[in-house]
Amino acid sequence: MKNKSTIKRILAYIGRYRWGVLLSLCLAAVTVVTTLYAPILIGDGVDLILGPGEVDFQGLKQVLGKMAAVIAVTAVSQWMMNHINNKITYHVVEDIRTKAFGHLEILPLKYIDSHPSGDVISRVIADIDQFSEGLLMGFTQLFTGVLTILGTLGFMFYVNAWIALVVVCVTPVSLLVASYIAKKTYVMFKHQSETRGELTGLIDEMLGNQKVVQAFGYEEDAQKSFEEINERLRGYSLRATFFSSITNPATRFVNGLVYASVGVAGAYAAVNGLLSVGKLSSFLSYANQYTKPFNEISGVVTELQNALASASRVFALIDEEPLKPEDQDAVDLKEAKGNVGLEKVYFSYNPDVPLIEDFNLKVEPGQRIAIVGPTGCGKSTVINLLMRFYDVDSGCVRVDGHDIRHMTRRSLRANYGMVLQETWLKSGTIRENIAYGKPDASEEEIVRAAKEAHAHSFIKRMPDGYDTVITEDGGNLSQGQKQLLCIARVMLSLPPMLILDEATSSIDTRTEIRIQKAFARMMEGRTSFIVAHRLSTIREADVILVMRDGHIVEQGDHETLLKKGGFYARLYNSQFAVT
Amino acid sequence: MKNLMKYFRDYKLESILGPLFKLLEASFELLVPLVMAQIIDVGIKNRDMGYILGRGGILVLLGVVGLACSLTAQYFSAKAAVGIGTRLRNDLFRHINSLSYREIDIVGTSTLVTRMTSDVNQVQAGINLTLRLFLRSPFIVFGAMVMAFTINVKAALIFVAAIPLLSVVVFGVMLISMPLYKKVQRQLDQVLLTTRENLLGARVVRAFNRQEDEAARFGQENDMLVRLQVFVGKISALMNPVTYVIINGAIIVLVWTGAWQVEEGIITQGEVVALVNYMSQILVELVKLANLIINISKALACANRISGIFAQESSIVERGGQARRDGADRREGSGAGDGGNRPESGRDRAEAEYEASGTGKAEAGPGRMGAESDPAVSVPRVEFRDMDFYYAGAKEPSLSKISFAAMRGQTIGIIGGTGSGKSSLVNLIPRFYDAAKGAVLVDGVDVRDYALKELRGKIGVVPQKAVLFKGSLRDNMKWGKKDATDEEIYKAIDTAQAREVVESKEKGLDLMIQQGGRNLSGGQKQRLTIARALVRRPKILILDDSASALDFATDAALRKAIRENTKDMTVFMVSQRATTVKNADQILVLDDGKLVGLGTHRELLESCEVYREICLSQLSKEEVTQ
Repeated sequence: MKNKSTIKRILAYIGRYRWGVLLSLCLAAVTVVTTLYAPILIGDGVDLILGPGEVDFQGLKQVLGKMAAVIAVTAVSQWMMNHINNKITYHVVEDIRTKAFGHLEILPLKYIDSHPSGDVISRVIADIDQFSEGLLMGFTQLFTGVLTILGTLGFMFYVNAWIALVVVCVTPVSLLVASYIAKKTYVMFKHQSETRGELTGLIDEMLGNQKVVQAFGYEEDAQKSFEEINERLRGYSLRATFFSSITNPATRFVNGLVYASVGVAGAYAAVNGLLSVGKLSSFLSYANQYTKPFNEISGVVTELQNALASASRVFALIDEEPLKPEDQDAVDLKEAKGNVGLEKVYFSYNPDVPLIEDFNLKVEPGQRIAIVGPTGCGKSTVINLLMRFYDVDSGCVRVDGHDIRHMTRRSLRANYGMVLQETWLKSGTIRENIAYGKPDASEEEIVRAAKEAHAHSFIKRMPDGYDTVITEDGGNLSQGQKQLLCIARVMLSLPPMLILDEATSSIDTRTEIRIQKAFARMMEGRTSFIVAHRLSTIREADVILVMRDGHIVEQGDHETLLKKGGFYARLYNSQFAVT
Repeated sequence: MKNLMKYFRDYKLESILGPLFKLLEASFELLVPLVMAQIIDVGIKNRDMGYILGRGGILVLLGVVGLACSLTAQYFSAKAAVGIGTRLRNDLFRHINSLSYREIDIVGTSTLVTRMTSDVNQVQAGINLTLRLFLRSPFIVFGAMVMAFTINVKAALIFVAAIPLLSVVVFGVMLISMPLYKKVQRQLDQVLLTTRENLLGARVVRAFNRQEDEAARFGQENDMLVRLQVFVGKISALMNPVTYVIINGAIIVLVWTGAWQVEEGIITQGEVVALVNYMSQILVELVKLANLIINISKALACANRISGIFAQESSIVERGGQARRDGADRREGSGAGDGGNRPESGRDRAEAEYEASGTGKAEAGPGRMGAESDPAVSVPRVEFRDMDFYYAGAKEPSLSKISFAAMRGQTIGIIGGTGSGKSSLVNLIPRFYDAAKGAVLVDGVDVRDYALKELRGKIGVVPQKAVLFKGSLRDNMKWGKKDATDEEIYKAIDTAQAREVVESKEKGLDLMIQQGGRNLSGGQKQRLTIARALVRRPKILILDDSASALDFATDAALRKAIRENTKDMTVFMVSQRATTVKNADQILVLDDGKLVGLGTHRELLESCEVYREICLSQLSKEEVTQ
């Protein structure tokens, strides 16, 4: 059922190229017919060479001339067919891939957060690749394979029905042998890949943490468990390799049987004058080629099955429900004043695990809100709700009095400037990265933003200045430099509200001081939410939200909270825990 | 490559028998067209059914014997390939485990994992293919040609012309398309990169409302990919039609010249059929051979990479007893002469301390080499003497002229910015790296003079990245000490403030840890890795920024417990947090690989600019001076 609908959808994608498909099928038919015709012509030729003094050169010339023409037609149509198939396949794949990627951009973050990125990537890349391979093979080999088998049978029955019957009778043996081996091999391969997985797990674990292994002198024990698994792998591998490698000899053997039977039966017919030697030679070359398409088709069928499975995984991604479309009358807020309100907000990622419950907060324009708490306490959840990366379960979040669910996402997000601790930069030049939020920014604006973010001086020192290309994940920049670029990115179009995640570690002191300065400059007169680690930031905040295990446990300013003597007070005082 | 050839020696018999049987099979295959020619020329011509059936029987027999030979060959090849692969893997794993941090840094962990897994698998498959096919395909191609010569020289010359022509086309198309396929692969990687980038940066992309531009960019990358794919496809689609033309063209010529020969009575009709058959056999084998060469060259590349890993020798070598004294003396000399003077104020103290401990050691040192049971308190537990350290390939030292002494029971705080050399410094104590100049001493003995096991047995390390391994919690804790009792383990867990972690899971020490410790939070893992190091009750405990995932309260409680329960232990605490190191007996302040401050919190506040800066950036004025 599921396969059926997947196939239907694939056909719909292919439908755009229906003329190409039609042409390809015609060419395939031509190729098959001419390919099969060639051995007959050779046979005819052989029949004209009976023995000394019995050669019909005139006739032979004609036959060979015909043959040359047939060969030319075959070659040209085969090449064109392959080319067309390539084109169709790759374009279909491009369509699907573009569609899949486009869908990623409109999926809710919930999907992206809850699915390992490796899984999504493998759908967009590996699965679609697998699909394209299957599709291509299906195109080139399935149709021609079937045609070849039918054509061969037809020609053989046409030339001599009895010998053809012999061939048909031996054929099932080949199929039986092949499928028997395939079944055996499958089991062995499964064992092998399971054990291989186990071994890779161990390798990953031990080599990935080799420094720990060495620090604790655990090398010998690791070696022992490694050799144990490896030995098991050896057993399975041997059997898997051996079984899979008998397929070829076995089919070759069956092929040999077909050949021998055709030879004997053909000779018998020739003796009785029912068949010429030339015809026998055509038969023999058919017998040689005949089993090939069978093997190919069984290969194609597995490929196609894989392709279908891959396609259905890709379609599953494309079918994921996208974000709720905006309301028709959604507010397009140009420049927010900076009033933010959370009213009776309930939210959790997982309905069974309540997280934020009855959360209320009122923020006046220009206020600073510090969010504090141990790592992993859910500070990022608040950011997710403010930016509407996630929707609240109940209650509402308001900006300037508008429920953010009734605002366009674009305008809501354009009103926030966000600097996260996880510094994400695009691969591209530094200039492109700074101008990410405002692609049409002028050179002056970019440099000004960089200067304000204290990034100008280090950018100047880079080999190509603003045109330096940042490699994937900003490998050629230090953590602090990346952070400064992220700040410059926000500086460029400095929106009325800010969300900042203070860096905890991994940044050297001097850069840290610069970042603090940049943050301070940004926050002037802007409503700011800061995930705070530094006590000085915390103390200067108008409201401190204290979070623990996903809950907001306390809320108030520094003095109030300290007097309260609760979790915040303990957190704060532990800084001075003198032995 | 040479170091891999030895593996064949253990499978000499299999490596010879495999290809040999394969050749036998091929020879039988080459006989088939000849038998067929006899059927035509003798059987049919004389209308001798008995002869025809006899020859038919021979054909079947050839098939059976061929099958038997090839199965034998496949078995031997598989056995040799798998056996070599298994041994290679064992040896490689052992070798990698013997490498020191320096080599691991150079090669990189992910590379090592690839070498162990996919590269070895490729080599294994390559060996198997080579043993099976490498001789077979050329044998059939040339065999067919030789057989043609036995039939008729003139006709055979057509083979001589056709074979090189075919080879040029087959290998030519492959040679041209292979680099192009690599290009396709690179572009596919680019598409993958864009996809991953967008997934990881989903928040930023959306925050800046750039979804549509990203989709457009992806469209471009994708388009480029398709254009490349179609182009390569066009070229490799040439192979089949062109070879088809050559083979069949050759057959036309063959039949035509054959006709003249038959006319003159030089060869028979059946022999013409045999020649045509041989010609058809060649193409199949040539294509196989070309594919085989691609596979083998891939496997060879993998083998070379593996060989490169074997060529990496560990730079950490255990020295024999004789070398000890000499080495120690020489270093003593150079160490004393090199005490440069630098302006940093904290530095003077370090100098003084070094001076004092140095002389103390000179009296008692040599006599007590290796006698770690001697509890002389005056010998520093850990001492650095004017030590320089370089990372592999680095021109600038990562640590230079480091001198200090840590006494028994002291807590040493190490603070400094990223890349200032904090982790490098503590990694030198268990001799994960070797000093380039100067020396590191533990209990008065140069670390290079210890057996590694003995040295590392004294030290408990808690690495920056908290890692636990698949298995029970008890197994994990026993890494520290193989025969640890539950009691000892629980004691360590208590000190590490991890009792609550163990109890919350309600499985006690039988708690199963998943691979990479996925079922625990970062903070939980950190506390358990601290416990693991404590189980062996080490003389030296190294906490390399090991409390970063702990909240301030737990961090403080942990420091207190370590201080109380481990009176005799010398503790090194690396941290970015001023609060963590504030109460240490000595604080080492590192900046850009130099020791710019050494002393207590109060002393350093007075004397060390860098330290003051760090404190001020993290704490308020009152907190700093409190």
